[in-house]
Amino acid sequence: MSDTLSTGTAPASVTPSPAARRAPAIARLRDFALVPAIVAVAIVGFIVNPVFLSGDNLINVLQSMSEISIVVLAETIVLITGKMDLSLESTFGLAPGLAAWLIVDPAVTHGLGLHAVPQVWAVPLVLLTGAAVGAFNGLLIVRFKLNGFIVTLGILIVLRGLLTGISGGKTFFALPASMTYLGSAAWLGVPASVWICLLLFAVGIVVLGYTRPGRALYAIGGNADAARAAGIRTDRVLWLTLIVAGTLAALAGLLISGRLAAVPAAQGDGAIFQVFAAAVIGGVSLNGGKGTVFGAFTGVLLLFMIINVLTLAGVPAQWTNFLNGAVILVALVVSRVTGGKAQT
Amino acid sequence: MNAATRAPADGPVDVDRPAVEAVNVTKRYGSTVALDGAGIVVRAGETHALVGRNGAGKSTLVSILTGLQGPDSGSVRFDGRPAPPLSDRTAWRQRVACVYQKSTIIPELTVGENLFLNRHARGPGRLIRWAALRRDAARLLAEWSVDIDPSRPAAALTVEQRQFVEIARALSFGARFIILDEPTAQLDGTGINRLFERIRALRAQGVTFLFISHHLQEIYEICDRVTVFRDARHIVTAPVAELGRQAVVAAMTGEDVHLSEAARRTLPADAPVRVTVDALVTRTGAELSLVARAGEVIGIAGGGSSGKIEVAEAIAGLARPVSGTVAVDGRVLRPGSVPDALAAGIGLVPQDRNREGLVPQLSIAENVTMTVPERIGRRGVLSPGRRDAFARRTIADLAIKASGPDVPVGELSGGNQQKVVMGRALANDPKVLVLLTPTAGVDVRSKQTLLGVVQEVRRGGTTVLVVSDELDDLRICDRVLVMFRGRVVAEKAHGWSDNHLVAAMEGVDLDHV
Repeated sequence: MSDTLSTGTAPASVTPSPAARRAPAIARLRDFALVPAIVAVAIVGFIVNPVFLSGDNLINVLQSMSEISIVVLAETIVLITGKMDLSLESTFGLAPGLAAWLIVDPAVTHGLGLHAVPQVWAVPLVLLTGAAVGAFNGLLIVRFKLNGFIVTLGILIVLRGLLTGISGGKTFFALPASMTYLGSAAWLGVPASVWICLLLFAVGIVVLGYTRPGRALYAIGGNADAARAAGIRTDRVLWLTLIVAGTLAALAGLLISGRLAAVPAAQGDGAIFQVFAAAVIGGVSLNGGKGTVFGAFTGVLLLFMIINVLTLAGVPAQWTNFLNGAVILVALVVSRVTGGKAQT
Repeated sequence: MNAATRAPADGPVDVDRPAVEAVNVTKRYGSTVALDGAGIVVRAGETHALVGRNGAGKSTLVSILTGLQGPDSGSVRFDGRPAPPLSDRTAWRQRVACVYQKSTIIPELTVGENLFLNRHARGPGRLIRWAALRRDAARLLAEWSVDIDPSRPAAALTVEQRQFVEIARALSFGARFIILDEPTAQLDGTGINRLFERIRALRAQGVTFLFISHHLQEIYEICDRVTVFRDARHIVTAPVAELGRQAVVAAMTGEDVHLSEAARRTLPADAPVRVTVDALVTRTGAELSLVARAGEVIGIAGGGSSGKIEVAEAIAGLARPVSGTVAVDGRVLRPGSVPDALAAGIGLVPQDRNREGLVPQLSIAENVTMTVPERIGRRGVLSPGRRDAFARRTIADLAIKASGPDVPVGELSGGNQQKVVMGRALANDPKVLVLLTPTAGVDVRSKQTLLGVVQEVRRGGTTVLVVSDELDDLRICDRVLVMFRGRVVAEKAHGWSDNHLVAAMEGVDLDHV
């Protein structure tokens, strides 16, 4: 405390220290901070059960994380702008739920649906719902300048309640084929959802690293006034970010509904905590301006690898929640030790 | 540093061609008149000073000159042509730029990206070409001879490097008129010198500056002409050589004020020892020993890395020293304990009022009484009435300009905020007062009040440690200890010359060359 008081305010020394000159190299390496941890978990996993490193199991890990990781990607771009979006977990459930409600024949599902919209509208409807939620968040946060954390907390509760209301707390099933295709198909022997997840992260890396709108997210999160002074339309960028994030969460919800061939009323319930944890473990700052898409990917990967190792080790299912929490804490500590930076 | 003796840098000043003129500008905010028919003419190629007390209209003029606001009436012209419309930000950026106290550099991004934010070099597919961006940035920095690696994160820059980057960015838009808004407020002596060298070099390359500062000596060192604003009006513009310090101060305050070379008083020979600092060593390795008597005012001077701040924070309990002791009236304090330092009667004005001095959302009353809850309440329950009475006394004693004790501190001007910090330091009737850079970013009149308070408390027997590199702060001291690289290298009795003290702070001993 006292130390930082002195060093923080005293003007820094004249010549840049060697440490300062090395800083950019380290900044680039921070992206790979979790790689040693991932390798270590892989080795432990192999010792626990050699099956861990088999191709089937690795694809299994990737598939189990594919849906949540897309929500992590969505949260990452919002966090980098210095905002938060808690409502993503409800969008994750509501978007496919609403589509199912409007499309599924009530005769099949004992009166849960409406049968009001033709089947071809299923996928566009899911994505539009996500975009609409994002746009409404933007209206309240960007236009009316309400606190993003509380707004999205309110939206989270409202949307969860909406899904429970339209579904009567039950599960939608007998989904149309167009809704189950992406979540259940396999391309070249690998589940489509894995391809989609990897593709979206690749696009995210390029957009955030190599385009002006992507860099604008960092500028806004770092210093919104300076970003505005540099000619960035900060409000428009923020609004678009929230819409993209909502759409991504809806897509993720579509994938998991397709995999399970059903939309439970509790789909995504509580998932936002895991999403935040993965992003922070991956080096994304809750204060904005810091973090990369690749880092966020390594964050989710580390979390799900540890969970998979625990499953292979035969840990009883009743302990899953306890271990999930513990894993998040351990992963945080691991990334703090290997990354070296204070997590702010 | 020594005023008036050094001529301003050479470079062409075109007397007939104003780079900027604002004529008869009026700006109102509700009932407040921020500018009342004021104007300024800055000649192409000169470095022009703008001074005035807080509230004189400087900031409003800056926002009008940079096109952030339009005037209610009056006009602004650049190079003889009318200013572009407010909506055309690009055109404004090609004419003028302002380096504010508040940084517009984004710390999370690299220096290069900050320079070319939102105009990154792009290649096929509109993707950013980072190698080209780094090359452009390196070329731009080299063109204006700023020696900074463009791939460094901006967070690692010092305050003055950050200013250089902002200046280079402004120049890259084509602007050749740059406003510097109190650029030296957060710099130490050597940093200021480097900034001034940079200004001189750019001036020689034809860049025009408008330089805003509270420190008159800087104006005499770096500026060609000075304009004084007071109460929203233009008062005078003259070459600095023709307008003496007293004349400038008189123009700023509207009355004849003497900078405090206040009534001196010799210390009684039998004054008891109040503070003993014995072989104090801080974590950064700075060392200090001193014995101060009741009523003595001791200056601790030095540059930014001299360790003066660290030893002072150790004395006040803010930082835990590695070894050594601090004793007040013979009682040895617990190291690194602020509560113990307060109980022993040490009052502190910390270095940065925004970080350690004030809670801006809370009222004056709450800030002033923060260290003395026992005085305004009983058995743990605070009495708002007593608190406000306490605060009213402070407001009156320190001439704080505020409508009452419940005004949030964040709404006050810098000078008045600093008075609140001083009021808090005085709240427990300290036996020892430790002042860290007490007049940083404070206007002339507030400075006088603050230094006047020191004279007053010393008469009551309080020992004062003034930790600063401001000559005006140090002039009121009985003796000044000069620190350099963590050691006390010189002790100057009252009556030192500016040259000798400044030289000692830079580690040069003029007596033994």
